[in-house]
Amino acid sequence: MKLSVDEEKCCGAGQCVLIAPDVFDQREEDGIVVLLDPDPPAELHEAVRESAEVCPAAAIRLGEDV
Amino acid sequence: MVGASAAGLGTAEALRRKGYAGRLTVLGAEHRLPYDRPPLSKQVLSGAWEPERAGLRSRDALDALDAEFVLGDAAVSLDPAARTVRTAAGRTLGAEAVVLATGLRPRRLPGQGDLDGVHVLRTLDDAVALRGALGQARRVVVVGNGVLGAEVAATAAASGAHTSLVGLQPAPLAEQLGERVGGLVARLHARNGVRQYHGTGVEELVHEQARATGVRLPSGEVLPADVVVVAVGCTPATEWLVTSGLRLDDGVVCDARCRAADGVYAAGDAARWYHEGLGAHVRLENRTNATMQAGAVAANLLGGDVAYAPVPYFWTDQFDVKIQVFGTPRPGAEVALVEGDEEGGRFVAVYGGGRPHAVLGWNMAKQARQHSRALSTTGAAAA
Repeated sequence: MKLSVDEEKCCGAGQCVLIAPDVFDQREEDGIVVLLDPDPPAELHEAVRESAEVCPAAAIRLGEDV
Repeated sequence: MVGASAAGLGTAEALRRKGYAGRLTVLGAEHRLPYDRPPLSKQVLSGAWEPERAGLRSRDALDALDAEFVLGDAAVSLDPAARTVRTAAGRTLGAEAVVLATGLRPRRLPGQGDLDGVHVLRTLDDAVALRGALGQARRVVVVGNGVLGAEVAATAAASGAHTSLVGLQPAPLAEQLGERVGGLVARLHARNGVRQYHGTGVEELVHEQARATGVRLPSGEVLPADVVVVAVGCTPATEWLVTSGLRLDDGVVCDARCRAADGVYAAGDAARWYHEGLGAHVRLENRTNATMQAGAVAANLLGGDVAYAPVPYFWTDQFDVKIQVFGTPRPGAEVALVEGDEEGGRFVAVYGGGRPHAVLGWNMAKQARQHSRALSTTGAAAA
């Protein structure tokens, strides 16, 4: 899936963690996104797509095949 | 989708994600492809980002969406029964369903007219114009001490301009955050050199010929300015719907499913819908709501039965402080710090005592989100 995140754009809302906790987390110190799994399994693709769409900072980019 | 910003784009994306394969048309009054507004008062205004970086999606992602974007053409009327939208350029667009997502228009001050040196900030073009003006400005006055005004003042002060912040609230963001945290925001701005005039409106804009030279306060004091930024709130951009027969009352009035009429829905800043958890019609002017509400609208358009009842959420960046707010702090609510402390510059505050209705993070985004789990939308409704 080749997922990537833009730490500079991330606003720390944490919506992605709520939707896909196996793929995203937040840093303790500033809430910025931590990508746990840049190539999540197919069953998580729907959740990852939703995370990218609802991210209020457009900080999640999807690669091919999604 | 009438409106090509976060809510319009979000509806289109959610429809595709949920399997809709039919035609999609996104109509936008601005010439630009969808872009994000929160960075306009921060990264774009400071010059840290080139304007293009505020774009919400890559060209490839928009191509993959397979939607027709009709840009630079504003909607001028809607026939809800026929579900047709007429535009300023003379187009008539018809659809099985229409989503109203036209957002907000900034309020202006009396006498503002076309005075040079007076700015509002809503669009990317506004941000670029203001950024250019700030680059030349020595003295900046920001009128309005809500979220946007305080962010603009922070950005202006950080860029080196002598900055004043004037507004009706007793402290910046006091209405949004309560007086205690509003007081902390005031101290933060003071530490960073922002002169503040709280609890006061503006008597008038002072000008020489067509150029603003400052603002006069009701006290008679004049604050000289090379640039005046007016951030005194917005009104829903719904004037084009006046002839539609839809109910308009500080926004497009919708039911709990965000439906304004058969086949007509609203999402984002302009939508006032019935929030079942809160037991009231609400309208939220924030970025997160635009996308979340778009998702609910998409689900309902595809035959779902989703009552949209979110815990409201917004964030704001003020200098080096990132503030996250879940729920809506009420005036006079009891505030308890449950993690961190004010002195350390990081804390989580819970509003409402034993029955919390809001959680705020001050440089503690993750922890605030975790504490926000204690808020249900019905808990948020408890008076």
